Amino acid sequence: MRIGIIGYQGDVSEHAEILASMKRQYKRDIEVVLVKSRESLMSVAGLIIPGGESTTIFRLLKEYSLFDAVAERVRSGMPVMGTCAGLILISRDNPSDRVRSLNLIDAKIRRNAYGRQGESFIESLDIDGIGRFDAVFIRAPIIESVGSNVTVMAKYNGLPVMIRDNNVLGLTFHPELTKDARIHDYFMDMIGRRGYVSIAKREWYVADLI
Amino acid sequence: MPIDLSSLKSGDDLLKRGFAKMTKGGVIMDVTTVEQARVAESSGAVAVMALEKVPADIRMAGGVARMADPMKIKEIMEAVTIPVMAKVRIGHVSEAYTLSALGVDMIDESEVLTPADPHYHINKKEFKIPFVCGARTVSEAVRRIFEGASMIRTKGEAGTGNVIEAVRHMWAVNTGVEMIKSADLDDLAHMASRMSLPYLREKELVAEEVYGDKGKVDLKSLFYGVGMEGIEASILEVLKEIKEAGRLPVVNFAAGGIATPADGALMMKMGADGVFVGSGIFKSRDPNEMAKAIVDAVENFEDYEIIGQVSSGLSGMPGIDVEHMGEDLKLQNRGW
Repeated sequence: MRIGIIGYQGDVSEHAEILASMKRQYKRDIEVVLVKSRESLMSVAGLIIPGGESTTIFRLLKEYSLFDAVAERVRSGMPVMGTCAGLILISRDNPSDRVRSLNLIDAKIRRNAYGRQGESFIESLDIDGIGRFDAVFIRAPIIESVGSNVTVMAKYNGLPVMIRDNNVLGLTFHPELTKDARIHDYFMDMIGRRGYVSIAKREWYVADLI
Repeated sequence: MPIDLSSLKSGDDLLKRGFAKMTKGGVIMDVTTVEQARVAESSGAVAVMALEKVPADIRMAGGVARMADPMKIKEIMEAVTIPVMAKVRIGHVSEAYTLSALGVDMIDESEVLTPADPHYHINKKEFKIPFVCGARTVSEAVRRIFEGASMIRTKGEAGTGNVIEAVRHMWAVNTGVEMIKSADLDDLAHMASRMSLPYLREKELVAEEVYGDKGKVDLKSLFYGVGMEGIEASILEVLKEIKEAGRLPVVNFAAGGIATPADGALMMKMGADGVFVGSGIFKSRDPNEMAKAIVDAVENFEDYEIIGQVSSGLSGMPGIDVEHMGEDLKLQNRGW
């Protein structure tokens, strides 16, 4: 299946490499497409919005008429995963006047809420349905509150850091920076089943470590 | 089975290099005021570099260029939500700790400022804040990565509005990476010892003076307590990482002379992960338009219709010939 990654700015190739490693090692049927236009957006079965600078990605989505097109496709069922900046973009709202959100998941976000780069950190999380996962938080946002439709899959310091509502998956951290492919694999399952699957326990593989 | 963090080479490295990765595909702009920082942010810059003067003005003013006034850096940090970087002089550990305490997101150990230490660069491994460093060749890049740089940029020739040196350095890095890719382990070990030699050279000069014999250097301690063997071994590890990845193991931006949208696109086409624009924006006639245009060109570096559209009506900064510039005037010769 064709997986798109919004390909303007951010750690696009890290997402692409994890998907490529899943294809090699686990024979997942994956073709990676860098999405920079409406045409390429229409061709994919699922979409990743990567980490990067949310103000920059926001401006480019608007500039190249992808902002509304992404929202439309996700509302009609296409699974989407947003990591860090990507989550800011798919959330309901954030108080910054510099970035407008797509309102695809009922979550209120605050950008750079842990502080500057010096406050970036790595933390081992317990993720529902996935297990222990070492999560890399870089100038990460905070999820301040979520609506009742939203499942909180992991928390850190009492606040959600990984959330899901049907076909929309959001993370405040960067699974693409480690070589642990389990979260990407989870997202593949969401796409394979059109996103409407309950979160159930299952056996997960672990990709080779760094 | 989760990753055992203690088994990771360094969690810090993951965070520091990871921060740099978030800037990929972006434009980092030099700014000297809060207003300029806001222009940069609204134009789509992924980060700003807070400076006292842009390189073209540093070049013009002469004298000694130092770390910017912390008050100014702080104002810029408060004005924008994108990351803020700032420059320190080569080898100036105290300026670096000052910026680290101030809370900047990344430090540029930069040849654009007047070097503070004629012998060594900063040991960047001891910092929690990531560093970006300039390089003209793959050897310089490897040495900076060994010292802990989390990001590399070509030096180019800052403040000239002339892209030739950025192209020269990007080509040199790319060509060096190709050679490393096709090297076997013996070749790599040989390269590692060659690339380690400059760390020895500085002390040999003193041994020559003190003993009359440069061979009397203590090889056990050459750079922050690391001896020749340790340096060679660490540099060999960097070379292996390059061979395996087929590229530098850290993000590699282009810098030094990028003055137009097409210049930005050219550097991306050569394989840069992004670009730094120094004087090119705020020394142009319409900084607002120029900033946006360079971002658009970098994002669409092979879409020549877009580059044509965004370049229309823009006027770049005046440029300086580099071919006939005296070597003593070239900022790129600072550092090794």
